[in-house]
Amino acid sequence: MSQTLAQKLVARAAGRGSVAPGEIVTCKVDLAMMHDSSGPRRVKPMLERLGAKVWDPGKVVVITDHYLPAYDDESRNIIRIAREWVREAGIESFYDAQGICHIVLPERGHLRPGMFVVGGDSHSPTGGAFAAYMFGIGATEMVGVLVTGEIWLKVPHTIAMEFDGRLSAGVSAKDVMLFLIGRFGMEGGQYQAVEYRGEAVRELSMQERMTLCNMTAELGGQVGLIASDEVTRNFLNLHSIERWESDDGAALLAHHRFNAGELPPQVAAPHSPANTKAVHEFRDVKPNLAYIGACTGAKLEDLRMASRILKGRKSKIRFLVAPASLRDQQSAEREGTLQVLLDAGAELLANSCGMCAGYGEHLLPEKAVAISTTARNFKGRMGAASAQVYLASPYTVAASAVAGRVCDPREMLA
Amino acid sequence: MRAWVFGDDVDTDVLAPGRYMKLPIEEIAKHCLETMDPSFAAAVRPGDIVVAGRNFGAGSSREQAPAALRHLGVAALVAESFAGLFYRNALNLGLPALVCPQARRIRPGDSLTVNAETGEIRNLTTGETLACEPIPAHLMQMVRDGGLLAHLEKRCNTTSS
Repeated sequence: MSQTLAQKLVARAAGRGSVAPGEIVTCKVDLAMMHDSSGPRRVKPMLERLGAKVWDPGKVVVITDHYLPAYDDESRNIIRIAREWVREAGIESFYDAQGICHIVLPERGHLRPGMFVVGGDSHSPTGGAFAAYMFGIGATEMVGVLVTGEIWLKVPHTIAMEFDGRLSAGVSAKDVMLFLIGRFGMEGGQYQAVEYRGEAVRELSMQERMTLCNMTAELGGQVGLIASDEVTRNFLNLHSIERWESDDGAALLAHHRFNAGELPPQVAAPHSPANTKAVHEFRDVKPNLAYIGACTGAKLEDLRMASRILKGRKSKIRFLVAPASLRDQQSAEREGTLQVLLDAGAELLANSCGMCAGYGEHLLPEKAVAISTTARNFKGRMGAASAQVYLASPYTVAASAVAGRVCDPREMLA
Repeated sequence: MRAWVFGDDVDTDVLAPGRYMKLPIEEIAKHCLETMDPSFAAAVRPGDIVVAGRNFGAGSSREQAPAALRHLGVAALVAESFAGLFYRNALNLGLPALVCPQARRIRPGDSLTVNAETGEIRNLTTGETLACEPIPAHLMQMVRDGGLLAHLEKRCNTTSS
Protein backbone atom coordinates (compact mmCIF):
# COMPACT_ATOMS: atom_id res chain seq x y z
CA MET A 1 0.00 0.00 0.00
CA SER A 2 1.26 3.45 -0.88
CA GLN A 3 1.84 5.58 2.20
CA THR A 4 2.16 9.32 2.70
CA LEU A 5 5.24 10.82 4.35
CA ALA A 6 3.15 11.39 7.49
CA GLN A 7 2.01 7.74 7.58
CA LYS A 8 5.57 6.49 7.12
CA LEU A 9 6.90 8.66 9.94
CA VAL A 10 4.11 7.65 12.31
CA ALA A 11 4.40 3.96 11.37
CA ARG A 12 8.11 3.96 12.18
CA ALA A 13 7.51 5.60 15.57
CA ALA A 14 4.65 3.18 16.30
CA GLY A 15 6.81 0.18 15.38
CA ARG A 16 4.49 -0.79 12.57
CA GLY A 17 4.95 -1.60 8.91
CA SER A 18 2.14 0.72 7.93
CA VAL A 19 -0.68 2.72 9.51
CA ALA A 20 -4.03 3.98 8.24
CA PRO A 21 -5.42 7.50 8.72
CA GLY A 22 -7.83 7.64 11.67
CA GLU A 23 -6.19 4.80 13.62
CA ILE A 24 -5.16 5.57 17.19
CA VAL A 25 -1.56 4.52 17.74
CA THR A 26 1.08 4.90 20.45
CA CYS A 27 4.36 6.32 19.23
CA LYS A 28 7.81 6.21 20.76
CA VAL A 29 9.25 9.72 21.03
CA ASP A 30 12.77 10.22 19.67
CA LEU A 31 13.16 13.73 21.08
CA ALA A 32 11.25 16.10 23.36
CA MET A 33 11.93 19.83 23.22
CA MET A 34 10.88 22.35 25.85
CA HIS A 35 11.34 26.05 26.47
CA ASP A 36 11.40 28.03 29.69
CA SER A 37 7.72 28.93 29.74
CA SER A 38 5.99 25.60 29.14
CA GLY A 39 8.97 23.47 30.19
CA PRO A 40 10.82 23.13 33.51
CA ARG A 41 8.68 25.52 35.57
CA ARG A 42 5.57 23.52 34.64
CA VAL A 43 6.86 19.94 34.37
CA LYS A 44 9.08 19.93 37.48
CA PRO A 45 6.23 20.11 40.04
CA MET A 46 4.21 17.53 38.11
CA LEU A 47 7.15 15.10 37.92
CA GLU A 48 7.67 15.58 41.66
CA ARG A 49 4.00 14.83 42.31
CA LEU A 50 4.39 11.59 40.34
CA GLY A 51 7.75 10.79 41.95
CA ALA A 52 8.93 10.14 38.39
CA LYS A 53 12.13 10.81 36.50
CA VAL A 54 12.76 11.70 32.86
CA TRP A 55 12.64 8.49 30.81
CA ASP A 56 15.78 9.32 28.84
CA PRO A 57 17.59 12.62 29.57
CA GLY A 58 19.57 12.15 26.34
CA LYS A 59 16.36 12.59 24.37
CA VAL A 60 15.38 15.91 25.93
CA VAL A 61 16.43 19.37 24.76
CA VAL A 62 15.70 22.52 26.80
CA ILE A 63 16.04 25.98 25.27
CA THR A 64 15.37 29.29 27.01
CA ASP A 65 13.69 31.85 24.75
CA HIS A 66 10.40 33.21 26.14
CA TYR A 67 11.37 35.09 29.31
CA LEU A 68 14.58 36.52 27.92
CA PRO A 69 15.85 39.01 28.64
CA ALA A 70 14.51 38.48 32.14
CA TYR A 71 13.21 41.79 33.40
CA ASP A 72 11.58 41.21 36.79
CA ASP A 73 11.55 38.75 39.69
CA GLU A 74 9.03 36.44 38.04
CA SER A 75 10.86 36.13 34.74
CA ARG A 76 14.22 35.72 36.49
CA ASN A 77 12.70 32.94 38.58
CA ILE A 78 11.32 31.13 35.51
CA ILE A 79 14.76 31.17 33.86
CA ARG A 80 16.46 30.10 37.12
CA ILE A 81 14.13 27.09 37.41
CA ALA A 82 15.07 26.04 33.86
CA ARG A 83 18.80 26.28 34.61
CA GLU A 84 18.52 24.33 37.86
CA TRP A 85 16.16 21.67 36.55
CA VAL A 86 18.30 20.63 33.59
CA ARG A 87 21.13 19.93 36.04
CA GLU A 88 18.89 17.98 38.42
CA ALA A 89 17.36 15.97 35.57
CA GLY A 90 20.72 15.27 33.90
CA ILE A 91 19.79 16.98 30.65
CA GLU A 92 22.92 17.93 28.74
CA SER A 93 21.31 19.52 25.70
CA PHE A 94 20.51 22.89 27.25
CA TYR A 95 20.76 26.06 25.20
CA ASP A 96 20.50 29.16 27.33
CA ALA A 97 19.92 32.50 25.59
CA GLN A 98 21.01 31.09 22.23
CA GLY A 99 17.83 31.96 20.37
CA ILE A 100 14.32 30.69 19.70
CA CYS A 101 13.82 26.97 20.25
CA HIS A 102 12.50 26.13 16.76
CA ILE A 103 15.59 27.64 15.18
CA VAL A 104 18.17 26.48 17.72
CA LEU A 105 16.99 22.84 17.64
CA PRO A 106 17.95 22.12 14.01
CA GLU A 107 20.81 24.62 14.06
CA ARG A 108 22.52 22.48 16.73
CA GLY A 109 21.89 19.28 14.82
CA HIS A 110 19.10 17.74 16.88
CA LEU A 111 16.72 17.03 14.00
CA ARG A 112 17.09 14.32 11.36
CA PRO A 113 14.68 13.09 8.71
CA GLY A 114 12.54 10.22 9.99
CA MET A 115 12.43 11.32 13.64
CA PHE A 116 9.29 11.58 15.78
CA VAL A 117 9.52 14.68 17.97
CA VAL A 118 7.30 16.60 20.36
CA GLY A 119 7.77 20.23 21.34
CA GLY A 120 6.23 22.23 24.17
CA ASP A 121 5.22 25.02 21.82
CA SER A 122 2.62 25.46 19.10
CA HIS A 123 5.17 26.34 16.42
CA SER A 124 6.79 22.93 16.77
CA PRO A 125 5.62 21.92 13.27
CA THR A 126 8.68 23.92 12.13
CA GLY A 127 10.65 20.67 12.54
CA GLY A 128 8.62 19.08 9.74
CA ALA A 129 10.78 20.98 7.25
CA PHE A 130 13.40 18.29 8.01
CA ALA A 131 10.95 15.44 7.24
CA ALA A 132 10.57 14.82 10.97
CA TYR A 133 7.11 14.32 12.48
CA MET A 134 7.15 17.18 14.98
CA PHE A 135 4.16 18.73 16.70
CA GLY A 136 3.28 20.88 19.69
CA ILE A 137 1.85 19.67 23.00
CA GLY A 138 0.95 21.24 26.36
CA ALA A 139 2.84 20.88 29.63
CA THR A 140 0.84 18.01 31.13
CA GLU A 141 1.14 15.99 27.94
CA MET A 142 4.88 16.75 28.00
CA VAL A 143 5.00 15.21 31.48
CA GLY A 144 3.35 12.13 29.97
CA VAL A 145 6.13 11.95 27.38
CA LEU A 146 8.87 12.61 29.94
CA VAL A 147 7.60 9.77 32.12
CA THR A 148 6.73 7.17 29.47
CA GLY A 149 8.69 8.17 26.35
CA GLU A 150 5.45 7.67 24.43
CA ILE A 151 2.44 9.59 23.16
CA TRP A 152 -0.84 8.67 21.50
CA LEU A 153 -1.70 9.90 18.06
CA LYS A 154 -4.58 9.68 15.65
CA VAL A 155 -2.87 8.87 12.36
CA PRO A 156 -3.46 11.95 10.23
CA HIS A 157 -4.74 12.26 6.72
CA THR A 158 -2.51 14.29 4.43
CA ILE A 159 -3.43 17.52 2.68
CA ALA A 160 -0.95 18.20 -0.12
CA MET A 161 -0.16 21.83 -1.01
CA GLU A 162 1.70 21.74 -4.29
CA PHE A 163 3.36 24.81 -5.78
CA ASP A 164 4.44 24.54 -9.41
CA GLY A 165 6.90 26.97 -10.96
CA ARG A 166 8.91 29.37 -8.85
CA LEU A 167 8.12 32.25 -6.50
CA SER A 168 8.78 35.68 -8.03
CA ALA A 169 11.56 37.88 -6.70
CA GLY A 170 10.33 39.60 -3.53
CA VAL A 171 7.84 36.83 -2.74
CA SER A 172 8.69 34.38 0.04
CA ALA A 173 7.53 31.40 2.09
CA LYS A 174 5.74 33.80 4.44
CA ASP A 175 3.60 35.02 1.53
CA VAL A 176 2.80 31.41 0.63
CA MET A 177 1.56 30.71 4.14
CA LEU A 178 -0.45 33.93 4.51
CA PHE A 179 -2.04 33.08 1.16
CA LEU A 180 -2.91 29.52 2.25
CA ILE A 181 -4.28 30.64 5.63
CA GLY A 182 -6.34 33.32 3.90
CA ARG A 183 -7.60 30.81 1.37
CA PHE A 184 -8.35 27.85 3.66
CA GLY A 185 -8.75 29.57 7.05
CA MET A 186 -7.20 28.85 10.42
CA GLU A 187 -8.89 25.45 10.39
CA GLY A 188 -7.79 24.62 6.86
CA GLY A 189 -5.28 22.07 8.14
CA GLN A 190 -8.04 20.23 10.07
CA TYR A 191 -5.37 19.10 12.57
CA GLN A 192 -4.11 16.70 9.88
CA ALA A 193 -0.72 16.55 8.16
CA VAL A 194 -0.07 19.30 5.61
CA GLU A 195 2.61 18.36 3.08
CA TYR A 196 4.27 21.09 1.02
CA ARG A 197 5.61 19.94 -2.33
CA GLY A 198 6.25 20.97 -5.90
CA GLU A 199 9.07 22.69 -7.71
CA ALA A 200 8.69 25.98 -5.82
CA VAL A 201 9.05 24.19 -2.47
CA ARG A 202 12.05 22.14 -3.62
CA GLU A 203 13.72 25.37 -4.72
CA LEU A 204 13.37 26.97 -1.27
CA SER A 205 16.26 27.23 1.17
CA MET A 206 15.99 25.25 4.40
CA GLN A 207 15.02 28.27 6.50
CA GLU A 208 12.30 29.23 4.03
CA ARG A 209 10.97 25.67 4.22
CA MET A 210 10.97 26.08 8.02
CA THR A 211 8.74 29.15 7.60
CA LEU A 212 6.23 27.06 5.61
CA CYS A 213 6.10 24.34 8.24
CA ASN A 214 6.15 26.86 11.12
CA MET A 215 2.94 28.58 10.04
CA THR A 216 1.18 25.25 9.63
CA ALA A 217 0.21 26.10 13.22
CA GLU A 218 -1.87 29.05 11.97
CA LEU A 219 -3.24 26.91 9.14
CA GLY A 220 -4.52 24.49 11.79
CA GLY A 221 -2.50 21.42 10.82
CA GLN A 222 -0.92 19.13 13.39
CA VAL A 223 2.27 18.88 11.35
CA GLY A 224 3.68 20.54 8.25
CA LEU A 225 5.98 18.22 6.32
CA ILE A 226 8.47 18.47 3.48
CA ALA A 227 10.31 15.49 1.93
CA SER A 228 14.03 15.32 2.69
CA ASP A 229 16.48 16.02 -0.12
CA GLU A 230 19.85 17.58 -0.88
CA VAL A 231 18.82 20.92 0.62
CA THR A 232 18.10 19.12 3.90
CA ARG A 233 21.40 17.24 3.71
CA ASN A 234 23.40 20.39 3.07
CA PHE A 235 21.79 22.35 5.88
CA LEU A 236 22.41 19.53 8.35
CA ASN A 237 25.95 19.18 7.02
CA LEU A 238 25.65 15.42 6.55
CA HIS A 239 27.45 13.16 4.10
CA SER A 240 24.29 11.25 3.33
CA ILE A 241 20.66 11.52 4.28
CA GLU A 242 17.67 9.21 4.61
CA ARG A 243 15.11 10.01 1.93
CA TRP A 244 11.69 10.35 3.50
CA GLU A 245 8.89 11.17 1.09
CA SER A 246 5.33 10.21 0.18
CA ASP A 247 4.87 7.29 -2.19
CA ASP A 248 3.40 8.11 -5.57
CA GLY A 249 -0.31 7.45 -5.47
CA ALA A 250 -0.64 7.56 -1.65
CA ALA A 251 -4.20 8.56 -0.76
CA LEU A 252 -4.64 12.24 0.13
CA LEU A 253 -7.47 14.01 1.92
CA ALA A 254 -7.02 16.89 -0.52
CA HIS A 255 -4.51 17.93 -3.14
CA HIS A 256 -4.31 21.64 -3.94
CA ARG A 257 -2.12 22.91 -6.76
CA PHE A 258 -1.02 26.47 -7.32
CA ASN A 259 1.23 28.32 -9.72
CA ALA A 260 3.87 29.87 -7.46
CA GLY A 261 4.86 32.46 -10.04
CA GLU A 262 1.41 34.08 -9.88
CA LEU A 263 1.52 34.74 -6.13
CA PRO A 264 1.92 38.42 -5.15
CA PRO A 265 3.18 39.47 -1.69
CA GLN A 266 0.47 39.00 0.95
CA VAL A 267 -0.54 40.94 4.05
CA ALA A 268 -2.84 39.77 6.87
CA ALA A 269 -4.87 42.54 8.51
CA PRO A 270 -5.79 42.68 12.21
CA HIS A 271 -6.76 40.50 14.07
CA SER A 272 -6.34 37.19 12.26
CA PRO A 273 -3.70 35.58 10.04
CA ALA A 274 -6.64 34.53 7.86
CA ASN A 275 -7.49 38.19 7.04
CA THR A 276 -5.14 38.02 4.09
CA LYS A 277 -5.14 39.94 0.83
CA ALA A 278 -2.56 40.93 -1.75
CA VAL A 279 -0.24 43.72 -0.60
CA HIS A 280 -1.65 46.38 -2.96
CA GLU A 281 -4.98 46.27 -1.07
CA PHE A 282 -3.25 47.85 1.93
CA ARG A 283 -1.42 50.78 0.38
CA ASP A 284 -3.37 53.28 2.50
CA VAL A 285 -2.26 51.69 5.76
CA LYS A 286 0.46 53.68 7.50
CA PRO A 287 2.29 51.65 10.16
CA ASN A 288 4.24 53.46 12.87
CA LEU A 289 6.32 50.44 13.83
CA ALA A 290 8.06 47.70 11.85
CA TYR A 291 9.03 44.47 13.58
CA ILE A 292 11.32 41.77 12.25
CA GLY A 293 11.29 39.02 14.83
CA ALA A 294 10.23 35.53 15.89
CA CYS A 295 10.84 31.98 14.71
CA THR A 296 8.56 32.75 11.78
CA GLY A 297 10.32 35.85 10.54
CA ALA A 298 13.81 36.63 11.85
CA LYS A 299 16.04 33.77 10.75
CA LEU A 300 19.21 34.54 8.80
CA GLU A 301 17.30 34.10 5.54
CA ASP A 302 14.62 36.55 6.76
CA LEU A 303 17.25 39.12 7.73
CA ARG A 304 18.79 38.75 4.27
CA MET A 305 15.44 39.41 2.59
CA ALA A 306 15.01 42.60 4.62
CA SER A 307 18.56 43.71 3.84
CA ARG A 308 18.00 43.32 0.08
CA ILE A 309 15.34 46.02 0.41
CA LEU A 310 17.09 48.16 2.98
CA LYS A 311 20.52 48.46 1.39
CA GLY A 312 21.14 52.21 1.05
CA ARG A 313 17.70 53.08 2.45
CA LYS A 314 16.35 54.31 5.78
CA SER A 315 13.29 53.35 7.75
CA LYS A 316 10.81 56.19 8.21
CA ILE A 317 9.27 54.53 11.26
CA ARG A 318 10.43 52.82 14.45
CA PHE A 319 12.13 49.64 13.31
CA LEU A 320 12.88 46.74 15.66
CA VAL A 321 14.87 43.63 14.79
CA ALA A 322 15.14 40.59 17.07
CA PRO A 323 17.24 37.98 15.20
CA ALA A 324 15.84 34.50 15.82
CA SER A 325 19.10 32.99 17.02
CA LEU A 326 22.47 34.14 18.22
CA ARG A 327 24.20 32.14 15.48
CA ASP A 328 21.99 33.67 12.82
CA GLN A 329 22.78 37.11 14.20
CA GLN A 330 26.51 36.35 14.15
CA SER A 331 26.28 35.08 10.56
CA ALA A 332 24.35 38.21 9.61
CA GLU A 333 27.02 40.31 11.25
CA ARG A 334 29.87 38.52 9.43
CA GLU A 335 28.33 38.85 6.00
CA GLY A 336 27.26 42.48 6.47
CA THR A 337 23.52 41.83 6.50
CA LEU A 338 23.14 43.08 10.06
CA GLN A 339 24.99 46.32 9.29
CA VAL A 340 22.56 47.07 6.46
CA LEU A 341 19.66 46.75 8.93
CA LEU A 342 21.40 48.91 11.53
CA ASP A 343 22.26 51.56 8.92
CA ALA A 344 18.58 51.63 7.99
CA GLY A 345 17.79 52.56 11.58
CA ALA A 346 17.09 49.18 13.19
CA GLU A 347 17.09 48.87 16.97
CA LEU A 348 18.51 45.46 17.83
CA LEU A 349 16.64 43.34 20.41
CA ALA A 350 17.54 40.05 22.11
CA ASN A 351 17.54 36.68 20.34
CA SER A 352 14.28 35.59 21.91
CA CYS A 353 10.55 35.36 21.26
CA GLY A 354 10.24 38.97 22.39
CA MET A 355 7.20 40.92 21.34
CA CYS A 356 5.73 38.08 19.31
CA ALA A 357 4.81 36.08 22.40
CA GLY A 358 3.70 39.17 24.33
CA TYR A 359 5.45 37.83 27.46
CA GLY A 360 8.27 40.28 27.91
CA GLU A 361 9.10 43.84 28.74
CA HIS A 362 8.73 45.10 25.18
CA LEU A 363 5.08 45.20 24.16
CA LEU A 364 3.18 47.14 21.54
CA PRO A 365 1.89 50.41 23.02
CA GLU A 366 -1.68 51.69 22.78
CA LYS A 367 -2.73 52.67 19.25
CA ALA A 368 0.40 51.14 17.68
CA VAL A 369 0.04 50.21 14.03
CA ALA A 370 2.66 47.55 13.44
CA ILE A 371 3.77 45.64 10.38
CA SER A 372 5.43 42.46 11.53
CA THR A 373 7.11 39.30 10.28
CA THR A 374 5.56 37.30 13.14
CA ALA A 375 2.89 34.61 12.86
CA ARG A 376 -0.11 35.82 14.86
CA ASN A 377 -1.93 39.13 14.98
CA PHE A 378 -4.61 38.19 17.48
CA LYS A 379 -6.05 41.16 19.33
CA GLY A 380 -3.81 42.10 22.24
CA ARG A 381 -1.28 39.30 21.72
CA MET A 382 1.74 41.53 21.15
CA GLY A 383 0.70 44.23 23.59
CA ALA A 384 -2.15 46.73 23.87
CA ALA A 385 -5.59 45.55 22.73
CA SER A 386 -5.83 48.77 20.70
CA ALA A 387 -2.70 47.86 18.71
CA GLN A 388 -3.21 46.88 15.07
CA VAL A 389 -0.84 44.26 13.73
CA TYR A 390 -0.38 43.56 10.02
CA LEU A 391 1.50 40.37 9.17
CA ALA A 392 3.81 40.28 6.18
CA SER A 393 7.08 38.90 4.83
CA PRO A 394 10.47 40.38 5.75
CA TYR A 395 10.57 41.93 2.25
CA THR A 396 7.21 43.64 2.73
CA VAL A 397 7.95 44.75 6.31
CA ALA A 398 11.25 46.30 5.20
CA ALA A 399 9.69 48.01 2.19
CA SER A 400 6.84 49.35 4.31
CA ALA A 401 9.31 50.70 6.88
CA VAL A 402 11.09 52.61 4.12
CA ALA A 403 7.89 53.91 2.52
CA GLY A 404 6.08 54.69 5.77
CA ARG A 405 3.06 52.91 4.34
CA VAL A 406 2.35 49.31 3.37
CA CYS A 407 4.39 48.83 0.24
CA ASP A 408 4.90 46.13 -2.38
CA PRO A 409 8.59 45.19 -2.00
CA ARG A 410 8.86 44.40 -5.71
CA GLU A 411 8.81 48.18 -6.29
CA MET A 412 12.12 48.43 -4.42
CA LEU A 413 13.91 45.38 -5.82
CA ALA A 414 15.81 46.66 -8.80
CA MET B 1 -25.79 25.07 34.46
CA ARG B 2 -25.47 28.45 32.89
CA ALA B 3 -24.13 28.83 29.37
CA TRP B 4 -21.52 31.48 28.49
CA VAL B 5 -21.57 31.89 24.74
CA PHE B 6 -18.69 33.11 22.58
CA GLY B 7 -18.05 33.26 18.83
CA ASP B 8 -15.53 31.71 16.43
CA ASP B 9 -11.73 31.57 16.79
CA VAL B 10 -11.54 32.32 20.52
CA ASP B 11 -7.76 32.21 20.83
CA THR B 12 -5.41 31.18 23.61
CA ASP B 13 -4.15 34.75 24.02
CA VAL B 14 -7.67 35.76 25.00
CA LEU B 15 -8.03 32.77 27.35
CA ALA B 16 -4.59 33.20 28.97
CA PRO B 17 -3.13 36.61 28.03
CA GLY B 18 0.65 36.64 27.48
CA ARG B 19 1.41 39.42 29.91
CA TYR B 20 0.04 37.33 32.83
CA MET B 21 1.61 34.04 31.73
CA LYS B 22 4.48 34.44 34.21
CA LEU B 23 2.00 34.36 37.11
CA PRO B 24 0.25 31.46 38.87
CA ILE B 25 -2.98 30.11 37.37
CA GLU B 26 -5.22 31.91 39.90
CA GLU B 27 -3.86 35.25 38.60
CA ILE B 28 -4.09 34.26 34.91
CA ALA B 29 -7.67 33.06 35.45
CA LYS B 30 -8.74 36.54 36.61
CA HIS B 31 -8.02 37.77 33.08
CA CYS B 32 -9.49 34.82 31.19
CA LEU B 33 -11.63 36.10 28.27
CA GLU B 34 -11.54 39.65 29.68
CA THR B 35 -11.09 41.30 26.28
CA MET B 36 -14.29 39.59 25.06
CA ASP B 37 -16.35 39.79 28.24
CA PRO B 38 -14.84 41.77 31.14
CA SER B 39 -17.42 40.30 33.55
CA PHE B 40 -16.66 36.65 32.77
CA ALA B 41 -13.95 35.72 35.29
CA ALA B 42 -15.78 37.33 38.22
CA ALA B 43 -19.27 36.19 37.28
CA VAL B 44 -18.74 32.61 36.04
CA ARG B 45 -19.83 30.01 38.60
CA PRO B 46 -18.60 26.48 39.24
CA GLY B 47 -20.45 24.11 36.94
CA ASP B 48 -21.06 26.70 34.21
CA ILE B 49 -20.52 25.74 30.59
CA VAL B 50 -18.52 27.67 27.99
CA VAL B 51 -20.07 27.44 24.52
CA ALA B 52 -18.43 28.67 21.32
CA GLY B 53 -18.38 28.50 17.55
CA ARG B 54 -15.59 27.16 15.40
CA ASN B 55 -11.91 26.70 16.24
CA PHE B 56 -12.12 27.32 19.99
CA GLY B 57 -8.63 27.57 21.52
CA ALA B 58 -6.75 28.56 18.36
CA GLY B 59 -3.12 29.50 18.75
CA SER B 60 -0.64 28.62 21.44
CA SER B 61 0.20 25.34 23.18
CA ARG B 62 -0.11 27.13 26.53
CA GLU B 63 -2.03 24.80 28.80
CA GLN B 64 -2.95 27.75 30.99
CA ALA B 65 -5.73 28.46 28.46
CA PRO B 66 -7.89 25.45 29.42
CA ALA B 67 -6.40 25.51 32.95
CA ALA B 68 -7.80 29.03 33.53
CA LEU B 69 -11.28 27.84 32.54
CA ARG B 70 -10.95 24.80 34.78
CA HIS B 71 -9.68 26.97 37.64
CA LEU B 72 -12.78 29.15 37.35
CA GLY B 73 -14.93 26.05 37.74
CA VAL B 74 -16.08 25.68 34.13
CA ALA B 75 -17.45 22.12 33.96
CA ALA B 76 -17.34 21.54 30.21
CA LEU B 77 -16.59 23.21 26.89
CA VAL B 78 -18.99 22.90 23.98
CA ALA B 79 -18.00 24.17 20.53
CA GLU B 80 -18.62 23.55 16.87
CA SER B 81 -14.94 22.69 16.65
CA PHE B 82 -11.77 22.97 18.71
CA ALA B 83 -8.19 23.73 17.69
CA GLY B 84 -6.43 20.33 17.83
CA LEU B 85 -3.74 21.24 20.35
CA PHE B 86 -6.21 22.94 22.69
CA TYR B 87 -8.51 19.91 22.51
CA ARG B 88 -5.71 17.62 23.70
CA ASN B 89 -4.77 20.09 26.44
CA ALA B 90 -8.34 20.41 27.76
CA LEU B 91 -8.85 16.65 27.97
CA ASN B 92 -5.39 16.20 29.51
CA LEU B 93 -6.60 18.48 32.31
CA GLY B 94 -9.77 16.44 32.71
CA LEU B 95 -11.90 19.23 31.25
CA PRO B 96 -14.45 17.70 28.83
CA ALA B 97 -14.41 19.34 25.39
CA LEU B 98 -17.45 18.40 23.34
CA VAL B 99 -17.79 18.96 19.61
CA CYS B 100 -21.41 19.97 18.98
CA PRO B 101 -22.42 20.83 15.39
CA GLN B 102 -25.51 22.61 16.78
CA ALA B 103 -23.65 24.66 19.41
CA ARG B 104 -25.04 27.86 17.86
CA ARG B 105 -28.54 26.95 19.04
CA ILE B 106 -27.44 27.65 22.62
CA ARG B 107 -28.09 31.24 23.81
CA PRO B 108 -26.21 33.14 26.53
CA GLY B 109 -27.61 32.31 29.95
CA ASP B 110 -29.41 29.12 28.84
CA SER B 111 -29.48 26.49 31.54
CA LEU B 112 -27.74 23.31 30.35
CA THR B 113 -26.92 19.86 31.57
CA VAL B 114 -24.00 18.23 29.79
CA ASN B 115 -23.28 14.52 29.87
CA ALA B 116 -19.71 14.04 28.69
CA GLU B 117 -20.06 10.24 28.66
CA THR B 118 -23.01 10.16 26.27
CA GLY B 119 -22.30 13.48 24.56
CA GLU B 120 -25.83 14.68 25.23
CA ILE B 121 -26.65 18.29 26.07
CA ARG B 122 -30.04 19.16 27.49
CA ASN B 123 -31.07 22.77 27.19
CA LEU B 124 -33.46 23.21 30.11
CA THR B 125 -34.34 26.73 28.95
CA THR B 126 -35.53 25.72 25.49
CA GLY B 127 -36.31 22.05 26.12
CA GLU B 128 -33.99 21.02 23.28
CA THR B 129 -31.61 18.08 23.34
CA LEU B 130 -28.38 18.46 21.33
CA ALA B 131 -26.04 15.66 20.34
CA CYS B 132 -22.24 15.98 20.50
CA GLU B 133 -19.59 13.82 18.89
CA PRO B 134 -18.44 11.32 21.50
CA ILE B 135 -15.05 11.81 23.17
CA PRO B 136 -12.86 8.87 21.97
CA ALA B 137 -12.88 6.00 24.49
CA HIS B 138 -9.18 6.15 25.41
CA LEU B 139 -9.52 9.86 26.20
CA MET B 140 -12.81 9.50 28.07
CA GLN B 141 -11.06 7.05 30.41
CA MET B 142 -8.44 9.72 31.11
CA VAL B 143 -11.11 12.39 31.69
CA ARG B 144 -12.86 10.03 34.13
CA ASP B 145 -9.58 9.63 36.02
CA GLY B 146 -9.42 13.43 36.33
CA GLY B 147 -6.94 14.07 33.53
CA LEU B 148 -3.57 12.80 32.35
CA LEU B 149 -1.68 13.56 35.55
CA ALA B 150 -4.10 11.55 37.70
CA HIS B 151 -4.05 8.85 35.01
CA LEU B 152 -0.23 8.74 35.16
CA GLU B 153 -0.32 8.73 38.95
CA LYS B 154 -2.41 5.57 38.76
CA ARG B 155 0.05 4.07 36.28
CA CYS B 156 3.15 5.05 38.32
CA ASN B 157 1.61 3.61 41.50
CA THR B 158 0.71 0.38 39.72
CA THR B 159 4.22 0.03 38.31
CA SER B 160 6.00 0.74 41.59
CA SER B 161 3.84 -1.51 43.79
